[in-house]
Amino acid sequence: MKFFKRDTRDCRTRKKKQKRIKVRKKSRVKEHLVSGMYLAPSFFGVMVFMIVPFAVVIYYSLVDKPIDGSFTGLENFKMLFSNAAFLQAAKNSLLFSVIAVPLAVVLSMLLAVLLDANIPWKSQFRTFFLCPMMVPVASVVLIWQVIFNSHGAMNGLLEVFGFTGIDWLKSDYSMVVVISMFLWKNLGYNMILFMSALGSVPKDIIEVAQLEAAGKLTIFFRIKLRYINSTVLFVVILSLMNSFKVFREVYLLSGAYPYESLYMLQHFMNNTFESMDYQKLSAAAIVMCIFMIVIIGILFFIESKAGEDFES
Amino acid sequence: MKVKSFRDKQKKVKIKKKRHKKSFILFIIAFIAAVFFMLPTVLTIANSFMSPQEIKANYGMVFDDGESAGYISERVNLKFIPDMVTFKQFATVLLNSPEYLLKFWNTVIYTVPILVVQVIIAILAAYSFTRFRGRIKEILFFLYIILMLLPYQVTLVPNYLVTDWLGLVNTKWAIWLPGMTSPFSVFLFTKFMRRIPGSVIEAAKIDGAGEWQIFSKICVPLCKGAMVSVAILIFIDYWNMVEQPLIMLKDEDMHPLSVFLSKINSGEVSLAFAVATIYMVPGILIFLYGEEYLVEGISYSGGLKG
Repeated sequence: MKFFKRDTRDCRTRKKKQKRIKVRKKSRVKEHLVSGMYLAPSFFGVMVFMIVPFAVVIYYSLVDKPIDGSFTGLENFKMLFSNAAFLQAAKNSLLFSVIAVPLAVVLSMLLAVLLDANIPWKSQFRTFFLCPMMVPVASVVLIWQVIFNSHGAMNGLLEVFGFTGIDWLKSDYSMVVVISMFLWKNLGYNMILFMSALGSVPKDIIEVAQLEAAGKLTIFFRIKLRYINSTVLFVVILSLMNSFKVFREVYLLSGAYPYESLYMLQHFMNNTFESMDYQKLSAAAIVMCIFMIVIIGILFFIESKAGEDFES
Repeated sequence: MKVKSFRDKQKKVKIKKKRHKKSFILFIIAFIAAVFFMLPTVLTIANSFMSPQEIKANYGMVFDDGESAGYISERVNLKFIPDMVTFKQFATVLLNSPEYLLKFWNTVIYTVPILVVQVIIAILAAYSFTRFRGRIKEILFFLYIILMLLPYQVTLVPNYLVTDWLGLVNTKWAIWLPGMTSPFSVFLFTKFMRRIPGSVIEAAKIDGAGEWQIFSKICVPLCKGAMVSVAILIFIDYWNMVEQPLIMLKDEDMHPLSVFLSKINSGEVSLAFAVATIYMVPGILIFLYGEEYLVEGISYSGGLKG
């Protein structure tokens, strides 16, 4: 009798438990549903405009023609890498990024340190440095032309000091013009990132270091820089991203067919869009995508290594 | 005793003076940098108040229009103060040249809907990423970050393919639709929302608030600053756009002002300066209004994790 009773009770509790699990499962399903609903518009857009077509891009890059194409392996990529225009564009873009990104990181860091120091008019300077970010490139492109034209202000200045002028936009120095435009536009944003990161370094650590008689440079390189290394990584990635956007400046400055050393990847893409060569486009997009992912992966790896070092 | 304290004082004054000198040098450096940063903007605005003759005299060598009438200086003259301030160019732009106004209007038409819709979509998605975290969500969020980091050269190809399939090339939708669902603002909003303490949301839940109420009564008001800064960042991006219209819009009448300004005739340089000034005014006004929010927003975007 007793035994039986206990059994039923057991049974009951088990049922209750099952019910509870069911309820929990139900609420979890509901939770997923709700969260899905909030995410849906964005996810739908990303799916439709990025992910699904990107699968098609991969397909296009592997076939010989868009409709009823047959599989050709890496033929399109081989074609791409023997295309002179693509190689030129890739070389220029890469060269630009290699020069402009470190400059953007270092100079904006310097600006942030400058505004971190004890000087008057701090907030005004911040406004001045940030202002170019809000000014459309198209608005100031005329002035850049005036400055860097062969009869321009820059050459005038050079001649005052006894140098001979250069036709900036139509020589190998054209990269200098574009780099200065790039820096002009992007330093402010990076500077803000660095300023907020430098501001978040705990004061007590720095005070301890000062008590230990560490010099200013030591404090900066050994403590602050290591403390903000994730921000440095972010600024590097951001500058890299923005350095790919420099097509804007080049296009507005000198149109769809600029001087050879300014022919960027986006020029190549635009001109390929015009000829509707989907295989070439797709292959180029994939090459660039892989390149970006590899670079970002390497940067993340370096950052995590540096972070480990710091924690130990 | 007295002598010692006097010496001490002198020493202090010396140190102070040294500090003062140093901060003065730094100030000068910052000032020079600021001049370089402001130069193109200020020059553009200053030039917009100059008469066509004056512009021609200053920049005739650069923007040669073939006519040799009037004085042209051999070298470019960078002038900050016009000989005679005129508003004639502005009047011409606003009243007599519909082309510029049309292009300006195009820019507005592209930017504003993208701005509004992207903020709404992104804040909803960010709520989902904040409130319901799991492995799938983390993977999805990582995917968003990757997509955000891809340059236009990569993303425009899939964007173009879809708009082509949908038959939307050469319509406003070709600019609108991909812009509205851009992942960048989702990332930024999520960064903001994840800083809202969980206890606030928990408390609301105990008081019987539903998901929608938590979202609309707690998360959205707490993200007001974020909304302003994200809106400014989106505005900058699309007010400035060049890549998308060049590829998506074959019809030049539909191009925004940014593309059109670069194709201006050399005979209309003084008009171009006026247009350029009008073009940058909204951006500068928004910047002056929302600088604090913008700075806050930028500083939150730092760091890709978490």
